[in-house]
Amino acid sequence: MKILTTVAASLVAASLFSPAAFADELTGTLKKIKDTGSITLGHRESSIPFSYYDDQQQVIGYSQELMLKVVDAVKADLKLARLDTKLMPVTSANRISLVQNGTIDLECGSTTNNLERQKQVAFSNTIFVIGTRLMTRKDSGIKDFPDLAGKNVVTTAGTTSERLLRKMNEEKKLGMNIISAKDHGESFLTLETGRAVAFMMDDALLYGEMAKAKRASDWAVVGTPQSFEAYGCMLRKDDPAFKKLVDGALAKAMTSGEAEKVYNKWFQQPIPPKGLNLGFPLSDAMKAIYKAPSDKAFD
Amino acid sequence: MAYNWNWSIFLSDTPAGDATYLGWLFTGLQWTVTLSLSAWLIALSVGSLFGVLRTVPNRGLALLGTTYVEIFRNVPLLVQLFIWYFVLPELLPRELGDAFKQLNPLLQQFLAAMVCLGLFTGARVSEQVRSGINSLPRGQKNAALALGLTLPQAYRYVMLPMAFRIIIPPLTSEFLNIFKNSAVATTIGLIELSRQAQQLVDYTAQPYEAFIAVTVMYLLINVTVMFLMRRVEVNARVPGYIGGSR
Repeated sequence: MKILTTVAASLVAASLFSPAAFADELTGTLKKIKDTGSITLGHRESSIPFSYYDDQQQVIGYSQELMLKVVDAVKADLKLARLDTKLMPVTSANRISLVQNGTIDLECGSTTNNLERQKQVAFSNTIFVIGTRLMTRKDSGIKDFPDLAGKNVVTTAGTTSERLLRKMNEEKKLGMNIISAKDHGESFLTLETGRAVAFMMDDALLYGEMAKAKRASDWAVVGTPQSFEAYGCMLRKDDPAFKKLVDGALAKAMTSGEAEKVYNKWFQQPIPPKGLNLGFPLSDAMKAIYKAPSDKAFD
Repeated sequence: MAYNWNWSIFLSDTPAGDATYLGWLFTGLQWTVTLSLSAWLIALSVGSLFGVLRTVPNRGLALLGTTYVEIFRNVPLLVQLFIWYFVLPELLPRELGDAFKQLNPLLQQFLAAMVCLGLFTGARVSEQVRSGINSLPRGQKNAALALGLTLPQAYRYVMLPMAFRIIIPPLTSEFLNIFKNSAVATTIGLIELSRQAQQLVDYTAQPYEAFIAVTVMYLLINVTVMFLMRRVEVNARVPGYIGGSR
């Protein structure tokens, strides 16, 4: 009952004040946020260092921090005294549907912005750019992709890297034996136990795996990136007002240098839970998106 | 539901350019069948051996049989597969383990999956062989021994020929199971039938077509097996025993 009264009171208050505060009618997600006084955010559970749980079950990470900056901007823009932030864990399998059906309003994690997905959801300005590269033992003698001829190479099943690797093998007749492991952890195990000489994957994730290794100093990430992918935040399609606000908030963080500070915190300093330092330098592609934010997909 | 059906997807070339998608499915089918049949050979021979051991009048041998069955029957198949594939090569002497890991990855995955499935199913087969033998009237064994047959001869000429005929129906189930269980090999990267289906989904974004096609292929395999085992059952039946009356 008490909740109902509070909700009713706030609705009355909102209806009293909003006509004065807003000349334009709010629509879509922003209206929903304004009406309910809450926003639901989608996050990942173990996308280190983008969005994951620390040992107190708090959601942390590079994408999470940027997402909270967006929430601040929404709160300021709607002139809300109080905005409830609800968190909802998502997986790569359900994230798109949950955005579509309205369960979550915004998802920042490690979601690639591509043309196929743009048919289902909208993407914000790019928050991260990865390249698909190789991890190998430092003394393996592997410097780049041509060195893989005739060798065993592992990648994770169902990823862009798997496709690229197979295609390269066929087109350039490299004669590689490609092992498709179930997940990144298993791929790294395959590499670490000597079954494969190299592991092809998104470079940020390779650094993440490397930091988990028994002896991180044994490993190196090498090779010319075979493709670039843009991670973005997902929101509902055809909601220009909300997209503009999200894009604006991200662009402001990037051009003002705030985003780079967040980057340094998650990629160049020790991070929870184990105090690992990914030591992942800021790439040229990342510098470019910080300088000129854009929501373009790379494919 | 707004789903865009496209059955002709099977005839288009894969991005790797090495085959059509249907070609991929058939390669997967071949791996599934080869893996299951070779594992079944292991299961049948190991299962028969240990099933017999569990019924012999020798404590030590019976204990050996029980140990095997309880270990392989009670550890989840997936865990067993990971042990064979990931853990065992690390436990072997370094050179041997390294030699195994330098083999063609497909061969490694195949061998690990074959031994794993074979021994897992073998434990189940051995239980059936044991219950088949135990279901025989005790008089058969005693009569055989009284006629002057040695114990191995009694097994070879009297008890096993009866026991195997009795357990054909449950054995058929195990034979069908081994084809379905072979899908766990996916988890160590062997690109068998169910993995090819997932791969088709990844590449074509046509999940319904891919999984329907694979379902039909599994059904075809199992209908064939059922048909063959039915023939075996009819030909081998013993009048008056289970499944033997007309």
